[in-house]
Amino acid sequence: MNTATVSEDETHQEHSDHGLSDVGYIKVALILAILTGVEVATYFVDFGVVEIPSLLILMVVKFQIVVSYFMHLKFDSKVFSYLFVTGLILAVVVFAAMGTSLAFWQDPAGCDASAFC
Amino acid sequence: MADTAETQTSELAYGRTDWDDHHHLPTNTGLTNEKVTMWAFLGSDCLLFGALISTYLLCRNRVGPATKGPTAADLFDIPFTSVSSFVLLMSSLTMVLAVTSIQRAEMERCKLWLLTTAALGSIFIAGQVYEFTGFYREGLGFTTNISSSAFFTLTGFHGVHVSLGIVMLVTMWVLVTRGNLGPERAETIEIIGLYWHFVDIVWIVIFAVVYLIP
Repeated sequence: MNTATVSEDETHQEHSDHGLSDVGYIKVALILAILTGVEVATYFVDFGVVEIPSLLILMVVKFQIVVSYFMHLKFDSKVFSYLFVTGLILAVVVFAAMGTSLAFWQDPAGCDASAFC
Repeated sequence: MADTAETQTSELAYGRTDWDDHHHLPTNTGLTNEKVTMWAFLGSDCLLFGALISTYLLCRNRVGPATKGPTAADLFDIPFTSVSSFVLLMSSLTMVLAVTSIQRAEMERCKLWLLTTAALGSIFIAGQVYEFTGFYREGLGFTTNISSSAFFTLTGFHGVHVSLGIVMLVTMWVLVTRGNLGPERAETIEIIGLYWHFVDIVWIVIFAVVYLIP
């Protein structure tokens, strides 16, 4: 009896180490749905100067939640995190390099009549 | 001695040992090669989408001197795309429920959630086709201008990823239905799930950066 109880506890502990319960995942999805609702609201309501920063923050939060909970990165081996974050960092470097080298911040209206613009 | 030889033969024959079942894997990292490979692929796919999103941001307002026509941003239907985004987001929930179902050996539930995920993905793709058709009717084709090329390339590549994910989900459903994929290989579904969640997080970025940020 005791052995069975210990075994069940261990199984439960192991399960909780590898992610959430189904109800937990539904709660996470509800949070994501609410955040998406707030994102969409910025299209209908003028948030002024905070609109773009708030959209970027919401995007990062949603990204983080999906990666951490649905993809189990929060509960899984750090090796997976290193692999994924390396790709993300490289992607940001590509973005920064491309944006800088091709004058990302230049007003398109100010472009000369080159083939690109 | 004979037992050892038999065990080694068994390992060579099937590639899996009792270690796998107890999470003590015979690899250098202690992790399954399949899962490490999938994460490495997802990391490299970040580069692909990073480059495509960068290109779109660079070209979003440029139509070029020799070309004309609207930009994609002029034609966005945000309420419609919001619904599509919500559908894809919820497909991540059904995907994770499919993974937990097979881990608990609830095969019928697993099949249900796999099909639901594939159906939600199909709805998203149908929405994308509808959106693209609308753009085309409004005069925005792939070669209309540099902005439209960048937009269709980015969203098209994402659509191809989702479509491949649907094919993988249906394949998993067939394997589970035929009894070729059981709880002992739940990690296969988990790996497909990783891919599916990845296309979801890519859309989270595209929806915010391409559609919502003016």
